[in-house]
Amino acid sequence: MSTWRTALLIAMKDLRVEARSRIVLVQVLPFAGLVMVLFAFALDSDTVLERVSPGLIWMATVFSLLIVVQRSFGVETADGALDALRVAGVRASGIFVGKAIALAAQLLALEVLLTVLAVVLYRAELDADGLVLFVTTVLVATCGLAFVGTLYGGLAAGAKGRETLLPLLLFPVVAPVLIGATRATEAALGASGAATSEGWPWVALLVVFAALFGAGGTLAFGSLIEE
Amino acid sequence: MTAVTAGASESTTTASVRGATGTGTTFTRWLGAATLVALGALAVLGLVVSPADVVQGESVRILYIHVGTVWVAYVAFIVTALSSAAYLWKRTTSLTWDRIAGASAEIGVVFMAVTLFAGALWGRLSWGAFWVWDARVTTTAFLFITYIGYLAVRDLGGSHRQRARRSAVVALLAVLEIPLVHFSVKLWRSVHQDASVGDRTSDVTLDGLMLFTLMLALGAFTLLYAWWLLHRQRVLAMRDALDDKGLDRALAERRTEGVQS
Repeated sequence: MSTWRTALLIAMKDLRVEARSRIVLVQVLPFAGLVMVLFAFALDSDTVLERVSPGLIWMATVFSLLIVVQRSFGVETADGALDALRVAGVRASGIFVGKAIALAAQLLALEVLLTVLAVVLYRAELDADGLVLFVTTVLVATCGLAFVGTLYGGLAAGAKGRETLLPLLLFPVVAPVLIGATRATEAALGASGAATSEGWPWVALLVVFAALFGAGGTLAFGSLIEE
Repeated sequence: MTAVTAGASESTTTASVRGATGTGTTFTRWLGAATLVALGALAVLGLVVSPADVVQGESVRILYIHVGTVWVAYVAFIVTALSSAAYLWKRTTSLTWDRIAGASAEIGVVFMAVTLFAGALWGRLSWGAFWVWDARVTTTAFLFITYIGYLAVRDLGGSHRQRARRSAVVALLAVLEIPLVHFSVKLWRSVHQDASVGDRTSDVTLDGLMLFTLMLALGAFTLLYAWWLLHRQRVLAMRDALDDKGLDRALAERRTEGVQS
């Protein structure tokens, strides 16, 4: 079976698990919304919130990424499903890409909600030019986050103390995404007086990040999950 | 394992334990002595003999520590990456490479902690703040945290081979990650002064004695690194051997239980 076909099957499986359990829908999405409200409590000023809303969207995304990744690999390790997949001879690169696709789909849903909340709660504004930049940023950043999340999630899966280890490994790595996506979103929203054209170089950084970790993960994932 | 081989391995254990009541050899003892002499000389030169800087005053003395330790930390992390690659490459795979990688990363983290601490003190005196969000400073902090994470991955458990493969991949991912973090933070902002020594276009000239002290710092800390690395790598080898022995013994005990019942 080709890697792509495997990846697609794995992604469909993960999304079907989510559709039936609705963990992301009823737990992670409300959590992300709650984080946005808590930011408003902590910063307590309309002008400050307006200015920092791009950063807050991505901070909330990164926090939620952690939970979604834990969940994604919790499903795999609970009944030794990951080992079973390996024993069945399923290609590790296929598992990696598949889980990353499913993760990206869930993150996208999350980011839509966070954006709506930023518009409603923080009075962020988008024009047509900004919208193109914003959608591109979200798509590319999500790919990068999904690859990195899957890579380190697979590494920590099944290990004792993984809940505490994962943020330690993941947060330093996602720093470039946080910086790049925040700056690009700032340009898209026109926050802090940034022009829309200033955002595209940051998108390039996000593309490089996604490409590097996509390739790295496809190559290395087998070594990481092998027992 | 039969009783005979168990007995044989028992005797080699005592032999190797007797031979290695410490991790020192003649070479490491000489190396240790040289390190201590170099560090002593550095203390005298750095604190007393070398002059204070025209601009920075006495605070320049912190830089001997700051530059010396960051140099070693970088060397240590490069050694970790190369040993990890050597472990993953099938023709050179050996747990010794894995232990060198681990020992080197541990020492690198210690040195980088000193770098950050000394840098913060120097920054307070020169920039007026312990911390600035400058590209190089921020990347260094990320590097520090990344290798703490690497050490945590080494402690995840499982077999030695499992630990070695997993941590080697993480070490190589760090090589991928660090330039990216550096580049993105650099785009974000930068006020750190570029390296002054070795930059031919700059008109900064270093007093001969200060330059000598700086080079001595690099040499002394590199010796300290080599000395620690040899010892630490042997300690890790002994720890692995102890784990294996414990497992063999437990297996032998379960087997005898099986025979008795």
